[in-house]
Amino acid sequence: MDDYSTKHIRRNSRKINSMIQIQNLEKIYTTGSIVTPVLRGITLDIKKGEYVAIMGKSGAGKSTLLYQMGLLDKPTTGSILLDQINTEYLGEAERTVFRLNHLGYVFQDYALVPELTALENVAIPLLMLGQSEKDAYAQALKTLEKIGMGHRMNNLPNQLSGGEQQRVSVARAVCHHPKILFADEPTANLDSVSSVLVLDVFDALHAEGQTIVMVTHEKEYADRAQRIIVIEDGKVKE
Amino acid sequence: MKNLLNDIRVGWFLGIRQIRRSNIWTTLLIVLIMTLTFLNLIVVSGILVGLIEGGNRANRNQYTGDVIITTPSGKSYLEQTQDLLSVVQSLPQVVSWSDRMLTSVSLEANYQSRNFQELPNTAGGQLTGIDIDREIGVSGINQYIAEGSFLVPGSSGTIVLGKNLLRRYSESFGDTFPALDDVYIGDKILVRVGEKVREFTVVGILDSKVGEISLRAFVTQNDFLSMAPRPAREVNEISLTHNKTVSDEFIRDIFIERGFDGRAKIQTAVQAIPDFLNQIKTAFALLGSVIGGIGILVASITIFIVIFINAVTRRKYIGILKGIGISGASIRIAYILQSLLYACLGSALGSVIIYTLLVPFFEANPLDFPFSDGILVAPVEQTLTRFGILLLVTLIAGFIPAWMIIRQNTLDAILGR
Repeated sequence: MDDYSTKHIRRNSRKINSMIQIQNLEKIYTTGSIVTPVLRGITLDIKKGEYVAIMGKSGAGKSTLLYQMGLLDKPTTGSILLDQINTEYLGEAERTVFRLNHLGYVFQDYALVPELTALENVAIPLLMLGQSEKDAYAQALKTLEKIGMGHRMNNLPNQLSGGEQQRVSVARAVCHHPKILFADEPTANLDSVSSVLVLDVFDALHAEGQTIVMVTHEKEYADRAQRIIVIEDGKVKE
Repeated sequence: MKNLLNDIRVGWFLGIRQIRRSNIWTTLLIVLIMTLTFLNLIVVSGILVGLIEGGNRANRNQYTGDVIITTPSGKSYLEQTQDLLSVVQSLPQVVSWSDRMLTSVSLEANYQSRNFQELPNTAGGQLTGIDIDREIGVSGINQYIAEGSFLVPGSSGTIVLGKNLLRRYSESFGDTFPALDDVYIGDKILVRVGEKVREFTVVGILDSKVGEISLRAFVTQNDFLSMAPRPAREVNEISLTHNKTVSDEFIRDIFIERGFDGRAKIQTAVQAIPDFLNQIKTAFALLGSVIGGIGILVASITIFIVIFINAVTRRKYIGILKGIGISGASIRIAYILQSLLYACLGSALGSVIIYTLLVPFFEANPLDFPFSDGILVAPVEQTLTRFGILLLVTLIAGFIPAWMIIRQNTLDAILGR
């Protein structure tokens, strides 16, 4: 983090335990003359080690909020501080490095690279972080074993079931010990048994102190989180 | 620098696996296209240049040797023949040499059966007096006998004719030069040099595409001297070959340094090639490069399309990779690596085909061209240069589509928007 210039300095605020601080976040999509406000002045605070579920109806803006928090998209206005770092002025390359160093993602459709085995999919962020292939594979295998996927390490994604792919995806998201794990409807494409297996992994990670932000529309799964944030019409409904 | 090395490392990691686990038939098809492009690049210009180069090679092998000393214009023969021959024989690098006596000659055939109302059956050429063993040592022209046999040492009254002195061999040239009709092995012809006339028996026909061979009539030096006396056995040409431990220029310069320049025309085999042939060679090389250039353009467009389609269909995964923090440079390198691999494999396969199949094939079966036996000229340096060009073009053709896709918004790529 010390790589970033003074414009990104940590705000040594009172909320020292905050992992994510969002102030007046707005996201407006403009297509030609059509202006669609999706997020309308969201302010929220997520603590270190907290497990938060974001719920809401389709089109409420929950995934959009996740993308802004996860630095996959830039908000129209408002500020996002991740671990006290103001992300507002980060350029594209800096955001990529930030995501690599501090964030982990689990996507709805697993999003594994089809040409890479389970082990290679998990190892790729570690390689990008500069680890040797040997170390990266060792750490990736350890993570896969931890979530019960060690025996499938040499399988390509198309040789794995949906639940197995999602667990590999989780392993990829957490193997480099990110500060925040973002999950965008991780159980949407899974049966109930696989969904529970994935959520069990989330529970275990949370028990180890991992900050997790998960978007879901399943109340039953959201209830496993410490806190539920409901988004309605682009605003937080308390 | 450290980041760049890591980008290359991760790019290599991704690229190798993309190639290894891609569809084998698609890869083979692309490699085949690259192979054909490489062949087009080398073979088209190689054959065009080879048509001339084949002629040049034949000129060296059958006529000039490595260095040729000829009579300067305005002189009837080499006035310092014996001095020149002394130097030739004193050079340890010279392995063979042949001295030739030349004079203009008129040949007449079928004179015994000619009806005096008909025009005589005549042709002009050059009578060449040779020492048979020495000539065979330099030019080996006895190998090119199409009919009959070559001159035999000690024989007299026999003549070997270059094929273009005979109508039945030179018809393809039209009326470019007069030729004898209906002359076969064993026929007698009249040879006229100035006022002297002598009857010779045709013993052989030489089939060569070198003009100096195909338009000459060969006799022994003794027979020549009986027609055109030379007081001190002066000759008109001396061809010599060396043992290749020195250059042609080295041998030429020895004669120049010894003061023969001006009194004799001393040329290397390359210098003895007529200018128009060099001009044709340059024009053919240019034509070959243009055709090769079009081939490179087609190959680069092919690579561009292949990489573009590959990148577009994998846009989502490119987005995901960027999303999890893999640098754009690493992803670009993975695609560039693929294009370079296609170019390297195609060029390697093309080189194997050229050097193990095509070059030996054209050596054994040269293209039958009116004034040469066309070969395939593919010097290694030129092949390497064209490989370098192909590699560079492929690199650019691989980079651009990858760059176009990777620079798109990460989230749009992930969501397929």
